[in-house]
Amino acid sequence: MPRPTPQPNVRVVTLRIDDRDLSAREDETLIEVCRENRIPIPSLCHLDGLSVWGGCRLCMVEIAGQGRLVAACSTRVAEGMVVQTDTERLRHYRRTIVELLFAERNHVCSVCVSNGHCELQSLAQRCGVDHVHLPYRQVPYPVDSSHEMFRLDHNRCILCTRCVRVCDEIEGAHTWDVMGRGSDCRVITDLARPWGESETCTSCGKCVQVCPTGALVKQGTSAGEMVKDQHFLPILARRRHAQ
Amino acid sequence: MSTEPKITVATAWLDGCSGCHMSFLDLDERLIELVAQVEIVYSPLVDAKELPEQVDVGILEGSISSEDDLEKARLFRERCKLLISLGDCAVTGNVPAMRNHFKLADVFDRAYRENVTLQPQIPTRNVPALLTPVKPVHGEVKVDVFVPGCPPSADAIWAVLSELIAGRVPDPNAVTRFGA
Repeated sequence: MPRPTPQPNVRVVTLRIDDRDLSAREDETLIEVCRENRIPIPSLCHLDGLSVWGGCRLCMVEIAGQGRLVAACSTRVAEGMVVQTDTERLRHYRRTIVELLFAERNHVCSVCVSNGHCELQSLAQRCGVDHVHLPYRQVPYPVDSSHEMFRLDHNRCILCTRCVRVCDEIEGAHTWDVMGRGSDCRVITDLARPWGESETCTSCGKCVQVCPTGALVKQGTSAGEMVKDQHFLPILARRRHAQ
Repeated sequence: MSTEPKITVATAWLDGCSGCHMSFLDLDERLIELVAQVEIVYSPLVDAKELPEQVDVGILEGSISSEDDLEKARLFRERCKLLISLGDCAVTGNVPAMRNHFKLADVFDRAYRENVTLQPQIPTRNVPALLTPVKPVHGEVKVDVFVPGCPPSADAIWAVLSELIAGRVPDPNAVTRFGA
């Protein structure tokens, strides 16, 4: 899914976010404007350079005059829009979403190779999650270590689909996809074959770098050793879309 | 000498590795400052064998994995005005809860038969029965303050305790996180 390239004559709109008057190009989304203006918006599925997914719902914001919340990553700015990004209601929902992620699978931070470098972990801290109110589901998920360089741990996957999108949109291999529904939903390589047997995977490792948690990691890493680098993404994305 | 009564503190470790208590000891010279305001009335770190009837602050390390853990957690809740979950095992279940993915019989076999070369046997006398599933402390009793971390650093413990001593509500998320 290529992103629309900005048109040469884009109009500028003015809007109000958290009581600040801001201007933005009319083809921008709320999350882009917030990030440009250093207004923190939590998100786990959005990544600059990939297409919009809108799956994690952490970037929900309030728009004056609208009863329902909208995802800042998939909402375009509009003239005169009045947005709140950090109300008590939003904080409550965000805490609950993060707690649900922790309760669904098995994110044991202390023994995770991504400990200390995990977006879910640091988001929990920022959102004020110091414990999970809900009972943990305690259902084990499989681990695929068949690839010689990388490993997939479904226990730590939050289904953000960054791996699916980067593989399709940037690498162009489309090795990753999603199968199943609800708590059975999981990311798969090829047609749910072991990753090591994949005929489409180029072993480029982009999926590993964009994964926000310890679900996709390098083989041979120990607790806390997996540090990810996403600097390549905006550069490659610009070149891709310029083609 | 101050005549003001000291704040009484009790600690216990349930299913944990004692790392959180070690981290508490890492307060080092701050322990001296602490004991000027606080009296530790029951803990693996002191001699007292019985939890007093009334304690101001109770600190629990470790998850609830056995009948003994459950009994201790309930007793702490009953007798402590304020109960703190210290560390990831108490707060999330952490490593002890990883056995929840296996049948208890398989866990026993792994620990006491498969990996044992001399007289493999499952202990039954003088040991508390294990519970399934392993739960965080707040899965069984109400907890007032959560201090995640594996273990929480001495600085984090200090920040939380000094806020409590000053009569304020601590914000553990400012100083620690899951897995810290």
